[in-house]
Amino acid sequence: MPTATQAVPRTTSGPLTVNGLQIEAIERGKGRPLLFLHPGIGIDPKAPVLDALAAKAGLIAPSHPGFGTSELAPTMTTVEDLSYFYLDLMDALDLDDAVVVGVGFGAWIAAATAVKSTARMSRLVLANPVGIKVGDRDTRDIVDIFALLEPELNKLAYADPTLGTRDYKSLPDAEVIATARNRETLARFAWQPYMHDPKLKSRLHRIRIPTLVLWGRHDGILSESYGRAFCAAIPGARFELIDKAGHFPHIEQPQLFADRVLTFAGL
Amino acid sequence: MKVYHFTEQAYPPAWENAGNSLRIVLPNRRMDPKIAGDLFHRYYDEWQLCDELGLDIMLNEHHSTATCMSSTCIVGLSILARITQRARLLVLGYPLGHRPDPLRCAEELATVDVISRGRLDMGFVKGVPYEFPVSNQNPVRVMDRFWEAHDFIIKAMSSHDEPFNWESEFFHYRHVNLWPRPVQEPHPPVWSTTGSRGNARVLGERGIAMATLGTGYATRPLYDAYREGYVKTHGKLPGADRFAYLGLVAVADNVTEAHRLGKLVSVYLPSSGIVAPQFRNPPGYLSIEDNVKLLRGEAKPRTGTKDGRFIDMRTASVQDLVDTGVLFCGTPDQVYDQIVEFAEYCGGMGNMLMMGQAGAMSHEDTVANLTLFSKEVLPRLREYKQPVAEMAAA
Repeated sequence: MPTATQAVPRTTSGPLTVNGLQIEAIERGKGRPLLFLHPGIGIDPKAPVLDALAAKAGLIAPSHPGFGTSELAPTMTTVEDLSYFYLDLMDALDLDDAVVVGVGFGAWIAAATAVKSTARMSRLVLANPVGIKVGDRDTRDIVDIFALLEPELNKLAYADPTLGTRDYKSLPDAEVIATARNRETLARFAWQPYMHDPKLKSRLHRIRIPTLVLWGRHDGILSESYGRAFCAAIPGARFELIDKAGHFPHIEQPQLFADRVLTFAGL
Repeated sequence: MKVYHFTEQAYPPAWENAGNSLRIVLPNRRMDPKIAGDLFHRYYDEWQLCDELGLDIMLNEHHSTATCMSSTCIVGLSILARITQRARLLVLGYPLGHRPDPLRCAEELATVDVISRGRLDMGFVKGVPYEFPVSNQNPVRVMDRFWEAHDFIIKAMSSHDEPFNWESEFFHYRHVNLWPRPVQEPHPPVWSTTGSRGNARVLGERGIAMATLGTGYATRPLYDAYREGYVKTHGKLPGADRFAYLGLVAVADNVTEAHRLGKLVSVYLPSSGIVAPQFRNPPGYLSIEDNVKLLRGEAKPRTGTKDGRFIDMRTASVQDLVDTGVLFCGTPDQVYDQIVEFAEYCGGMGNMLMMGQAGAMSHEDTVANLTLFSKEVLPRLREYKQPVAEMAAA
């Protein structure tokens, strides 16, 4: 079994092996490593944002443990576990000077990773991140997505809800299985405390690399004030809005999203 | 055969104009606590009558719902432990999946066993899907948590010589020493429920008494899966006492009156499923395979009759329900014959869990139903000789 610190020989289309787990990953482009951490709905290999990012960077977009076809260790139950997993993944791939980009739930993982070590990162981009508690005890900062049917969820998540509509009767088996698996694994990590770690906010000050918080303006799952509070907890972080996008700006505005990321990273 | 009377202790006044959900989101302002108190008293009176009539008692709990006021079954158990004399007290179920603290569970149940002088049956269940948003326990991995809680409770109830330590994945305790300890040795009998063959096999391996709820003439495969598991670890077939079946019961001197009662008690079936759709399938409760089927719109099969007809529980007639083995309804002779036919089909079924009251069925109707059943049907069921099951697929 390979250890975390071994770089594992691989082809660009095959899975990675990290801590003995087979991890599905999309790897495209050349240049500075750009680690993309997907939101709770997973990652679509056909998503235009991937090519847009890979045009100027060495893109690595894994499916988190338990998402897509990636294996899951039974002991992994928290975003803390995922953050250590990504520290190990960066070690295993011997990443240096990496741009780490997360969206939604993936941005939570990215932030939880960065508070532990930014040794292998030089830029951090958090798009519509969840993961912290901002409001008082009576206020639910983050809409309970597990109490919504998909059409209602899409209305909140997208500026254009038709982008989230999927016909599961005609999708290939693999995509339907991934959808079911993504939902279960997201709840495994984020059911309670709901979509946040009560301790994360007080640790965000440890992120000392340049950080950009991108915000799809029409996010109905999170409020803009939540995003600004997240940004304010990270020293020197910048906050930028993206129009005509909701919780998933990388899907609704892929080119603009990639441009913002690449410009911020100096690419 | 033993027979337990069960009611969900409904609050029917709130069922009118409840929209698409009797559960989770129906505001509790729709309940008048004074009427709730009257209803609780009445349901306890009916169980006290069961105690006198020779019937045993089953109760359960649900959360945030007008279908079942018992939100903490330990209260009902405690009262019944004191006001009844002889009836077994089966809680089915006690939802371990919703409980954050199994030590508290063990303490409560042991106390009930002591006060009832050893009459408790402990039916542990994971809990229904739509109540995970209420308890806030994670529906993902609920069975792993269920089994750890189960194992802990059994150890707590059967350890008597020194405090023990428990440091495992879900629960941590440092000085476990149950006071009082239960009367029944080594612990009160454990029951559970299932609707899947895989889980039935696991229950069989552990020898836990298994109930199925309204599974009608689709029950036998579940019982046979249990038998497979039981034989594997016990080296012999389980007795009929390992099996229980929850069905609705309406009995009267004539068929017309029995069908009137049958209609009243069967309101349980359509009402039970009135829950806002967004709460029906929390993540992790069903397997990935079952969720794929749901996403694809491939609905689960409905309940079938013994001759293979499928029945929709929401629109079924009294006769349809009798044909599926969900409702046992008619004169005492007819009800006896229906239950025996069902037990024979099951290859033995030692515990009839009869829902003898549901919804707005009145106290007078309930008393008549329970009284006639206990006088005319129960004595014959007690004498009934269970079949010896043969393994269907050993």
